[in-house]
Amino acid sequence: MRETTPKQDFLRGVWDENPVLIQLLGLCPALAVTNTLLNGLAMSAATMFVLVGSSLFVSTLKNLIPHEVRISTYILIIATFVTIVDMVMHAVAPEVYGELGAFIALIVVNCMILGRQEAFASKRPVGRALLDAVGTGTGFTIAMMMMGGFREILGSGTLGQGTPWVINLFGDNFEPWVVFISPPGGFFTLGFILLFLGWYEGRKEERGELRHWPHSVRVPTTESREEAA
Amino acid sequence: MGELILILVSAMLVTNFTLFYFLGLCPFMGVSKNVGTALRMGLANIFVMTITSLVASFLNLYVLPYAPYLRIIAFIVVIASLVQIVEMTIKKVSPALFRELGIFLPLITTNCAILGLAVFQTGRGYTFVDGLFYALGAGLGVTLALVLMASLREQTELSDVPAVARNMGLVLILAGTLSLAFMGFAGLFSS
Repeated sequence: MRETTPKQDFLRGVWDENPVLIQLLGLCPALAVTNTLLNGLAMSAATMFVLVGSSLFVSTLKNLIPHEVRISTYILIIATFVTIVDMVMHAVAPEVYGELGAFIALIVVNCMILGRQEAFASKRPVGRALLDAVGTGTGFTIAMMMMGGFREILGSGTLGQGTPWVINLFGDNFEPWVVFISPPGGFFTLGFILLFLGWYEGRKEERGELRHWPHSVRVPTTESREEAA
Repeated sequence: MGELILILVSAMLVTNFTLFYFLGLCPFMGVSKNVGTALRMGLANIFVMTITSLVASFLNLYVLPYAPYLRIIAFIVVIASLVQIVEMTIKKVSPALFRELGIFLPLITTNCAILGLAVFQTGRGYTFVDGLFYALGAGLGVTLALVLMASLREQTELSDVPAVARNMGLVLILAGTLSLAFMGFAGLFSS
């Protein structure tokens, strides 16, 4: 097991191993409920709560959980926290709950959460597991805000729909790109973000500044393409 | 009967699980590199979805009225265990079928498409038979999306795409285009 410092544990999930943008985990919520900034934020908050709660429990109970049934145990713990979030959101914010609908329940099967339990929380002390959970949750939130902001600005021409502080960005003559708040827009937005990241990392590599190379945004260099051919 | 056909076709085309609800994207991205594998994954999906629909109907009738707070936990635990049992049965009864579908079954059990089916079916108050047709439509829709995507990706393997697009970005843009095409079905039942 690679030794890491607490700072690395936190920062890794935020950017270098961002769950959505680099590892492509948890894509369902990232694409489905990011049609406005507020929905993305609400989903991030719910996911963050489940992630931190279950990391805390798994890390605390790691010596009591039998190895053979560990995955089922993690899923049960996660499902319990999702039930809590589901009920709390239903009671506190019924409008947002209506918008997110079934996707709150689907946090259970978000592979990002189960992945953190299996890869990290089940092997490390409680403090480190919490740091890692908060870092990964923050990374998820950043990705959701990027998606939600981009889609709302282009798709409705506003920012902050559903809150009392709606900003109308382009005036009355703006014709919204409705496609960006509809399902294909989700795929396109994430696709464009990944293309941009690929281009950005490619430039970094050309300048020789690259420290590590995430597998999901690998851009083959001229040499490696010739080798493959 | 017309009602049932409507449920089936709209689950398959209009509100396609993969392209409209974004459910089951992990296999959609991971197992769509060649058409044969994609097709088998799709068939395994139809199979698990049918079982899921049966289980969800049963739970909705006999268990959840007494303990509504158990909804999420009950769905995931019962579906996962049942699929495990079915997998073992297939392995015992028909090794050939197991080789075709077996490796995919545990992969899709804890997939959002499966849990999503149970949750949506409950939310819409479908009866037992409605649910079966809904599951069949959803499974066929997932299979269709997987096979289409795999065919597209097989084509891009051979073409000269710009270097920045040689990652998942390209796959997502392709998926977006497919999703756009499927939006054309939205007006299918309006008249």
